[in-house]
Amino acid sequence: MMKNPYLPLPMKLVKNFTETEDKLIHTFTLQFLSEEDEKSFPYMPGQFAEVCVFGKGEAPFGIASSPTEPGFLKFSVAKVGVVSTALHLMEEGTTVGVRGPLGNYYPVEQFKGKNVVIIGGGFAFTTLRSLATYMLHPDRRGDFGKITVIYGARNPGLLLYKEELAAWEASPDIDLITTVDREAEGWNGRVGFIPAVTGEVAPSAENAYAIICGPPVMIKFTMPVLEKLGFTPETTIMSLENRMKCGIGMCGRCNVGGKYVCKDGPVFTRAQLNELPGEY
Amino acid sequence: MIVSKKDIPGLLDKMIAGCEVIAPVKKGDFTVFKTLASGAEAVLDAGNTKLPAKELFFPQSETLFSYNVTAEGANLQAPIDDKKKVLFGVRPCDARSVKLLDNVFNNDKFTDPYYTARRENTVMVGIGCNTPASTCFCTSVNCGPFDTSGLDLLLVDTGDAYVVEVITDKGKALVDQAGLAAASDADKAAADTAKKAAVVTCQVNTDGLKAKLDVNFYDPIWEKIHEKCLGCGACTYLCPTCHCFDIVDEAVDCTGCRVRNWDSCAFPLFTLHGSGHNPRTSNKERYRNRIMHKFKYFVDNFNETACVGCGRCIKNCPVNMDIRVVLENIRGSEARLDS
Repeated sequence: MMKNPYLPLPMKLVKNFTETEDKLIHTFTLQFLSEEDEKSFPYMPGQFAEVCVFGKGEAPFGIASSPTEPGFLKFSVAKVGVVSTALHLMEEGTTVGVRGPLGNYYPVEQFKGKNVVIIGGGFAFTTLRSLATYMLHPDRRGDFGKITVIYGARNPGLLLYKEELAAWEASPDIDLITTVDREAEGWNGRVGFIPAVTGEVAPSAENAYAIICGPPVMIKFTMPVLEKLGFTPETTIMSLENRMKCGIGMCGRCNVGGKYVCKDGPVFTRAQLNELPGEY
Repeated sequence: MIVSKKDIPGLLDKMIAGCEVIAPVKKGDFTVFKTLASGAEAVLDAGNTKLPAKELFFPQSETLFSYNVTAEGANLQAPIDDKKKVLFGVRPCDARSVKLLDNVFNNDKFTDPYYTARRENTVMVGIGCNTPASTCFCTSVNCGPFDTSGLDLLLVDTGDAYVVEVITDKGKALVDQAGLAAASDADKAAADTAKKAAVVTCQVNTDGLKAKLDVNFYDPIWEKIHEKCLGCGACTYLCPTCHCFDIVDEAVDCTGCRVRNWDSCAFPLFTLHGSGHNPRTSNKERYRNRIMHKFKYFVDNFNETACVGCGRCIKNCPVNMDIRVVLENIRGSEARLDS
C-alpha cells in the first residue's frame, strides 16, 4: 500500500508558548505519540509541514525545531487566519495533526567546509533557527566554518527564541548580531534595518554561503548589499512562501512559473529564482 | 473486433452485471458521464459531454478522510475507491487529458492514492469522432479525433457497427470477456475510411508559441488579452486538464471529514496569502498564469501541452473568450477560424 500523503500524523500539543511581546506569535511544541511515528517523519532544516487543527483545517508552517532535537517538532506561528487562531487558543494536551515533512531543505551538504551567513528578519526566523541549531550540534559543528547570524526585528519584544539568542550570544561557536529598527528602552544591541546592518557587519563572501529569509522589503534591499559583498546568485539561498493547500505539487496554487514552492522549494538559490517570474 | 450498434445495450448490460459502467447519458440539452443502470441509457453519438471525464478520476468534491479525534489520538478513515470500472464512450481528447493528469497526480515526488486507485481500476473505452465540432481543435495540440492516448480500446463508427481497436492488454481482456466477433477486412476498410473522412476544420498554428511564452511573461500583450475575461472560472471547471483544488474541513467539533473540491486559478482568493499579500493581484496575472500553465509550464515539466483541444472553454465562456484567438494573438499572427 502506498503512503497516503494527505493523512496527518496525530501529535500532542505539549507547549503553547507566547513567543513575542505583542502575543501574536506563539511557539507550539508537538510531541510524537510513538517512536514509530517519529521514524516516519525524517526531516531536515528548511522543510515545512501542514499542521492541522481537526475541525478547522490545515496550514503550512516552516519547521522551527532541528532534527538534532528528537522527540518533538516546533512551529512558531503568527495569528492570522482560522487555523492559526485556533492553534493560538488551543489547550496543551490537545491532539493536532501534522503532515510532512514537505518541501526541500537548506543544502547543508554543500555548506560543509564553508562559512555560513544566516540573515533573518521578523518572524521568518523559524527555519533559520532550525538550520543554526542543526549546524551548532556538537556532532556537526566541526563540519562548517564560521557561522554568522544577523537577525533583526522591529523591536526587542518581537525577537523570537530569546533564551537561545542569549546562549548563542555567549557561545564561541556562533557569531550573533541582533538588531532592532528603532532605539528601545533596555536595548543595548544594534539599531538599524537588516540591509544596513548587513553592510556594517560585512560578512566575507569568500568560501561562504548566505541564507536569507524575511519580509519581501527586507529581501529586496539586502540583495544589493550581499551582491556588493561578493555573494553570487549561486551562493545566495532563499526560502519562499506562497499560499499552499496540498503541499505535494498537485493543487496548483503555489507555483512560481513552472516550479511549485511546496514540492520544488521552498528553498531556492537566487540563481534559480532569477530564471523564474517574480510571482511570490 | 466488431460490434453492431444494436448489440451495444446488451453488451453494456452484460458488463454492468460484472462492474460499474460509466457512459454518457442524456441530461437536459446535453450529455454527462453517469454510472449506467441499464445499457439502453448510454448515448454514444452526441459528441463531447458537458463536463469532462476528469471528474471520474478526480471528482469535483471528494472526501480525503473522515476523522474522530479525542485526547487519546485520532481515528482516521480514508475511503480509497478501487472498484473495477469501465468508462465507455469517452472521446479521445478526454482520454488524452487523463493521461496528461497522470503526470500531476503521480509526480516525481508524490502519488495521489485516490486518483491512482481509480485510474488503475478503470478500463477506458473510447469512441472516435467522425464529425468533430466547429470548436474542436484537437489536431493542433497533439491530439486527434482517433487519438488513442490514454485509451484501452477505441471504437470506430462505421455506420451500423463499431470496429473495435485493441490498444492495451487491459482493453484486450475486456474484449475477450465480451466475446466480440472478429472484424472482416471490409469492416476494417470502412473504419479506415471513416477515420480519413473525419476532418478537424479548425487549425491553430502553434509553431513558435512555446518559444514566445518562454520570453513574454512581462510583455504588454497580457494587459490586453485578459480584458474581456470576467474571471468566472467556468473554463477551468470545464477544462479536462485543469486540476487545481482546495482542501477544507467539514466538521462539528472534532468529528468530521477533510474534503477536496475543484478550485480555480481564475479566482483572487486562490493565491491570497494570510498576510494580505497576493502574488497574482489582478485578472491579468491570473489569466496569464492559466495560459502559461497550459502552454509553457506543463511543457517544461512534462513535455506535453496541457490542452487537448476539446473546445469546452470556447463553447461555454459567457463572454466568448476563444483560446484559439488568444493563442494566435500571442503568436502574433491572425487567427484562422474555419467554423
